[in-house]
Amino acid sequence: MYVAKIKIGLKAGVSDPEGNNTLKALHLLGFTSIEGVHTERIVELRLKAAKKEDALAEAERACRRLLTNPIIHDYRIEVEASG
Amino acid sequence: MKRADIKVGVLRIEGTNSEEESARCFRRLGCQAELVHLKQLLGIDTWKGEERKLMDYHVLFFPGGFSAGDYVRAGAIFAARLKSGLGKELGEYVRSGRLVMGVCNGFQIITEAGLLPNLSGTMSELPEACLFTNDSAHYECRPVYLKHVNRGRNAFTRKIPENEMRVIQSAHGEGKFLVERKEESRILKDLEANDQLVFRYVDPKGNYAGYPWNPNGGPMNVAGVCNRDGNVFGMMPHPERVFYRHTHPDWTRTGLNVRGDDVGDGRAVFESAVEHLERKF
Repeated sequence: MYVAKIKIGLKAGVSDPEGNNTLKALHLLGFTSIEGVHTERIVELRLKAAKKEDALAEAERACRRLLTNPIIHDYRIEVEASG
Repeated sequence: MKRADIKVGVLRIEGTNSEEESARCFRRLGCQAELVHLKQLLGIDTWKGEERKLMDYHVLFFPGGFSAGDYVRAGAIFAARLKSGLGKELGEYVRSGRLVMGVCNGFQIITEAGLLPNLSGTMSELPEACLFTNDSAHYECRPVYLKHVNRGRNAFTRKIPENEMRVIQSAHGEGKFLVERKEESRILKDLEANDQLVFRYVDPKGNYAGYPWNPNGGPMNVAGVCNRDGNVFGMMPHPERVFYRHTHPDWTRTGLNVRGDDVGDGRAVFESAVEHLERKF
């Protein structure tokens, strides 16, 4: 069993409405030292695979077919063995 | 073909809405229209006689809503299921010249499926655009002014003169039409040159004025696009919600006879599609 942790973020230059609104709210709460907020999403897949490379390839396919849109997203996949 | 023989399939899965009024628009024009669940097309969990094929229909209509809860991204799950089970058939369907339309969530679905904006091939392997979160980061729901900028390619809007304005209900949280950022300017210019831009958001005077007239803040105020053959069309605002004049917010002030007896600003979208099919098939 493996766990693939997929971190999905917005490509450079794509506006981040959630981050911008979070920043605005933090400023309203008095966090004036915070100058920027960047949001990412983490999707964890638990999957069976014969070896780590196979788990990585399967997670990559999941990203291409559903989890990400290449127009707006960059993503990183980290795979670890799991009991 | 005769109007009464035109068959429209309004597709649904969990979370879609506006199916019934969308089907009724086509029925009101004299066509046959039925709601069809994706499982009926995939042959999953169906009773005998419920199975359908894409080619049973002349129009595939993807309605609005929040398909599959809009999880992952708006429209992404419906698109992935559609493409996985019916990708080849869908490509053949589009190449046959039959019509596909997506409204709001439907536009998001056919974009995620790679049918729009059709920069390469009938259906791209990966999405070539995205309907991304509104700049305001919230749901924007109100009538919007649209300028019809299509010069005749789009089968769904040929009854609307170029540069004519329409008022149509908009209701979305993710409607910002984005293409590859590094090539955004070129791609949008190409879409304009190819006559693939259909509707753009404007202010009441017809100017491209950005937010709040453009509810999502997207570049070039794009509200609707079609493919290169003009038989696949997606738009964020809901023409089915203004099929009749009496569903316009100002009808008590302006009367019911602005475009004909109780004719709403969205009706021409459905009439154009039906008349196109009558001529072509």
